Amino acid sequence: VSAPSVPAPAVDGRAPGEVRRGGWIIRITVIVIVALWLIPTIGVLVTSFRPEDLVVSSGWWTALAHPFRAAEWTIENYRTALDAAGFGNAFMNSLAVAIPSTVIPITIAAFAAYAFSWMEFRGRDVLFIVVVGLLVVPLQMALIPILRLYAGLDLNGTFLGVWLAHTGFGLPLATYLLRNYIGSLPSSIIESAKIDGADHFTIFWRLVIPLSVPALAAFAIFQFLWVWNDLLVAYVFLGGTRQNQVLTMALRNLLGGRGEDWQVLTAAAFISMALPLAVFFSLQKYFVRGLTAGAVKG
Amino acid sequence: VNASTDESKPEPGVLTEPPPSAGRAMWVFVLRLLSALVIPLVAFVLMKAAFDYLRDENANRALVVAVAIVLGTGGVFFLYWGMNRAVDFLPERIRESVRPYVFVGPCLVILGVFLVYPVVNTILISFKDAHSQSFVGLDNYTFVFTDHTMLQSIRNTAGWIIVVPLFSVSIGLVYATLVDRLRHGEAFAKSMIFLPMAISFAGASITWRLIYSFRPAGFGSNIGLLNGIMLGLGQNPIAWMQQQPWNNLLLMVIMIWMQTGFAMVVLSAAIKSIPDEIIEAARIDGATEFQVFRRIIIPSILPTVVVVTTYMVINALKVFDIVFVMGNAEADGTVVIAERMLDWFFISAHDGRGAAIAVVLFVAIIPVMIWNVRQFREQERIR
Repeated sequence: VSAPSVPAPAVDGRAPGEVRRGGWIIRITVIVIVALWLIPTIGVLVTSFRPEDLVVSSGWWTALAHPFRAAEWTIENYRTALDAAGFGNAFMNSLAVAIPSTVIPITIAAFAAYAFSWMEFRGRDVLFIVVVGLLVVPLQMALIPILRLYAGLDLNGTFLGVWLAHTGFGLPLATYLLRNYIGSLPSSIIESAKIDGADHFTIFWRLVIPLSVPALAAFAIFQFLWVWNDLLVAYVFLGGTRQNQVLTMALRNLLGGRGEDWQVLTAAAFISMALPLAVFFSLQKYFVRGLTAGAVKG
Repeated sequence: VNASTDESKPEPGVLTEPPPSAGRAMWVFVLRLLSALVIPLVAFVLMKAAFDYLRDENANRALVVAVAIVLGTGGVFFLYWGMNRAVDFLPERIRESVRPYVFVGPCLVILGVFLVYPVVNTILISFKDAHSQSFVGLDNYTFVFTDHTMLQSIRNTAGWIIVVPLFSVSIGLVYATLVDRLRHGEAFAKSMIFLPMAISFAGASITWRLIYSFRPAGFGSNIGLLNGIMLGLGQNPIAWMQQQPWNNLLLMVIMIWMQTGFAMVVLSAAIKSIPDEIIEAARIDGATEFQVFRRIIIPSILPTVVVVTTYMVINALKVFDIVFVMGNAEADGTVVIAERMLDWFFISAHDGRGAAIAVVLFVAIIPVMIWNVRQFREQERIR
């Protein structure tokens, strides 16, 4: 990187080294963007707490004019969504899909990432490039062959089938990010452990995994968000039956069946957002820090 | 020979393999193959058995989840441990040349089953008829490039892969640069933009229906925000989702809204890794803030911009959920390639056409892939 070699004096009157200028312009721009980004979510939140007759007769923004009038607000929608739509079952199904589909690929990818970073074997670089290349295979392309394979193995409509599919589709990104992180650990640590007589497995388990917690947590959140919000893979491999449907599928069925019941739909949407939001906010620090290490090192 | 270009580590006693005899090479190859296959196969058989048992017992979901977590984490980890121990019993000369395949093998086997095999298989199916009975030559591809709706979906997808990455990455980049200069509230400001990432496409579509909703006069009041604004301005409400071709742009806005947060977080991390001294030095030399942004920040984070843009392009190319849940794609003219593909596979029941569309999708991604591998090599060289 070459800094511009323009030795011009500070013509705008600011002292050398004074950098944070125009603070209010930046602040206003940031506030405007945040407001734009939040408007849709606020609309959902407000609508989900309004009674049906008001929802269909006036826009959600009109409720904000009377924030303290009790008749404008209700929690009935959440009750309806939770009872009528079979959301409790769908919530359990989503958990049953999302947790193993997050944990299994991380375990497998971590071992592979360690091998790609710290073990010597023939074809290491070629194989790694293949893994990165597979990042771009559209998963839609894999659906039919996997469906046929599953038909032979009696896996269609089972949780195991969905986990394996999510594992396969998540592995390229997991291996790629974790390899970047694990490969950037200082080699002095690994070497000294080797000199002390530790074998690969011990180094991996006792040294590399604890050091990689930020990257592991980052990918865990990312994969969890993606699996939790996935509609396609669950729809194809688990099916849309009432018994098996996940939250996104239940939402989609609500959209089809109750196209105009806005207040129930929004309450349902907020229920399905609740867990990922909680996961995101509680692990946010890990996420940002870990991704830094994985994505930026280049 | 494995030419390790980066971080070559001297491993005493490992790399000095004597030239192997043909028989031993064969033996080592078989061992490597075995060690790669054992973990996925055993794990699969165990889990299958466990869940078939649970299915027979009509176990509740909580128990299924619990068993899954125990088997998925503990079980898989234990298999790796066991295989690693098994390798210790091999003759010392070949031990360390087999061990890496225990670590990396399961990953490669699963990728082979779930990604490599489907790619090959789909290509094959794309040359066959509706039920994959007989070969039909290039008929399906002729269909893809002549059918009216298909051509429309190709045009629309081209729009998606240009517009969505362009706006997501540039808004994310500008926003990341701006919040970097905030004295307070940076984490909060970033969270607010990242928030839509936590929302499913189905949830997002409800969210955006509250913005785009339209009711013609006499059919109830307009509760969509955009039409609320139109009415407030004294204009007639507009059926936003039927305004071809602009309805495509309105759908893209949803994806931009959802994905900018990812671009912003990753780019922000890259900006923070630029050493302060470089930026300070430029400022002392009299560079304007814009020059700092253009000449220092942009070049420094270019590799990350490449990664993020690639990711966005791939995601835009695969888009299906938004179009699928936001309305009647075919009637509104908002069809996209991935949505067409699923339609042919699952609704119109013509596997050959679906597969041909999938192959087109994959071929469209190849230039991006080549660009990436090049960038990858470039980085390796600089490092």
